[in-house]
Amino acid sequence: MRSTRVVLYLLVTVLAAFYLLPLAVVALNSLRSTRDIFGNGMIGLPHGLELDNFSQAWSGLCIAEHCTGIRGYMLNSMIMTIPATLISTFFGALIGYAISLWRFRGDLWVFGIITLGVFLPEQMKLVPWVLVLRDLGLFNSVAGLVLIHVVQGLSFTTLFCRNYYVGIPQELMKAAKIDGAGFFRIFWRIVLPLSPPILIVTIIWQFTGIWNEYLYGVTFASGPNQPVTAALIALAVSVSEAPQYGVQSAAVLIAAAPTLFVYLIGGKYFMRGLTAGAVK
Amino acid sequence: MRLARRSPGELLPLLAIWLPVLVSILYVVGFTLYTVWIAFTPSTLVPEYGWVGLRNYTAILHTRNWNIAAANIVVYGFCFMALTTVLGLLLAVLLDQKLRGENVFRTIFLYPLAVSFVVTGVVWGWLLNPGIGIQKLVVGLGWTDFRFDWLVDRDRALYCIVFAGAWQASGFAMALFLAGLRSVDADLMKAAQIDGAGPMRIYRRVVLPTIWPIFIAVFVILLQFAIKTFDLAVALTAGGPGISTVLPSMVVYDFMFQRGLLGRGSAAAVLQLSMLLAVLLPYAAFRYWQTRRVARNA
Repeated sequence: MRSTRVVLYLLVTVLAAFYLLPLAVVALNSLRSTRDIFGNGMIGLPHGLELDNFSQAWSGLCIAEHCTGIRGYMLNSMIMTIPATLISTFFGALIGYAISLWRFRGDLWVFGIITLGVFLPEQMKLVPWVLVLRDLGLFNSVAGLVLIHVVQGLSFTTLFCRNYYVGIPQELMKAAKIDGAGFFRIFWRIVLPLSPPILIVTIIWQFTGIWNEYLYGVTFASGPNQPVTAALIALAVSVSEAPQYGVQSAAVLIAAAPTLFVYLIGGKYFMRGLTAGAVK
Repeated sequence: MRLARRSPGELLPLLAIWLPVLVSILYVVGFTLYTVWIAFTPSTLVPEYGWVGLRNYTAILHTRNWNIAAANIVVYGFCFMALTTVLGLLLAVLLDQKLRGENVFRTIFLYPLAVSFVVTGVVWGWLLNPGIGIQKLVVGLGWTDFRFDWLVDRDRALYCIVFAGAWQASGFAMALFLAGLRSVDADLMKAAQIDGAGPMRIYRRVVLPTIWPIFIAVFVILLQFAIKTFDLAVALTAGGPGISTVLPSMVVYDFMFQRGLLGRGSAAAVLQLSMLLAVLLPYAAFRYWQTRRVARNA
């Protein structure tokens, strides 16, 4: 019995090491010089610390002929992800509230159609987005990407919020209506104060999803307007002749840091979103 | 209930709900129908409004890229699903043994889900690169003729994507299985043990009936995930060596934006969607049947 426990812990530790390997390698390599990595391989301990890698990655690295580091791309990702997350969450909560608590004729159909958007592959929407962005003059802009992610996100945020609001007792609604409260008053005063758990789940889900998205970013933005995911790919291409693994590792680590941070502080909520939004 | 008879105070909520609802419906239905329609037109760089029937489909189905991609998605989908399920189940069973530090282990197995496919692809690309990655490490340790060069091998590079994908998604399968295992009725387990049922029998009669629907859900989620795979493959192999690891999603992008053939690309997108429907529709029917059965038994 004792020995099976030992084997169990051994096995789970080996597996944990395997899952941690990529993160450990990137973290260690972000401190190593490219010459060290080239000579001794990707997997190894640093010989001396190369702290310069981070400042290089942040503001000196050449990506697609612009030698300004990933700073600008990180900024693009930020000003894309934060507004898109907040706006899509707000409207998702509003639609979810209307569908679940203000039952109207055909509400289930509306809900069904909106949530179908969760399943559709992005490839089905590329051509229409080209036209919409062109007509709105938002092609190759971060604002265009915000619009895409808000509309795309509505399916998820509505799904999350509606399924949560369905649990709010109708008696509460009836009492509020008898007191003369209207649509928005009930939303602000009753529904939103009950919402923090689902809003946190939704915001974490949206933030992670939008930050990590690549296809829209690379299709509808180019050069210095791209989000950081697209920049990482461009970087991998442009350094293939003269690899700078140390600096590149630092860039990868910086690009992955925001979502990893969100995961570490909001793990429980991250999990709930995962099981609820599994269909993505 | 004519609009004119309503006060502005009543109109605003209507506007606030219906505007985003309309945008969303237009997006889901309108965009889909538009792409389906473009697939029937001779569109190249910009949408053109002619009609070419199924010509785009026959053209796509006769390209080498699509045929390789279609064969790849079958192999990739199956292997990815199998490996991820096995890993996820293994992790779930291990974590279900009342381990000390369960939360730490769970955090470790799940963190890949917070990372983008691009990052996963780039990093595994380094690790699987024979010149600098795992092969170099093992060779350096003294096993000089060790070879692990699947990433640059036409016939094996696809399995590298399977591998990286499973690394990223197995924590998710684990989470679903773990939730299933934890929902197995503990009293029933105890009763079966008291009755002298062996572990295999308990597993077959008590555990399996509770968690088999989770297996189906995991299979479906992973399969549709495989069909949508794009970023990971772009970052890891970019379709190479040659075009040996292209996937349908990459063919769509290639035709639409690299060759500037929107009609052909849309046809490929619709084909990708049909693969997805081939997975999701039977599952929807299954779920419908399941809820009906539960409702009848209740």
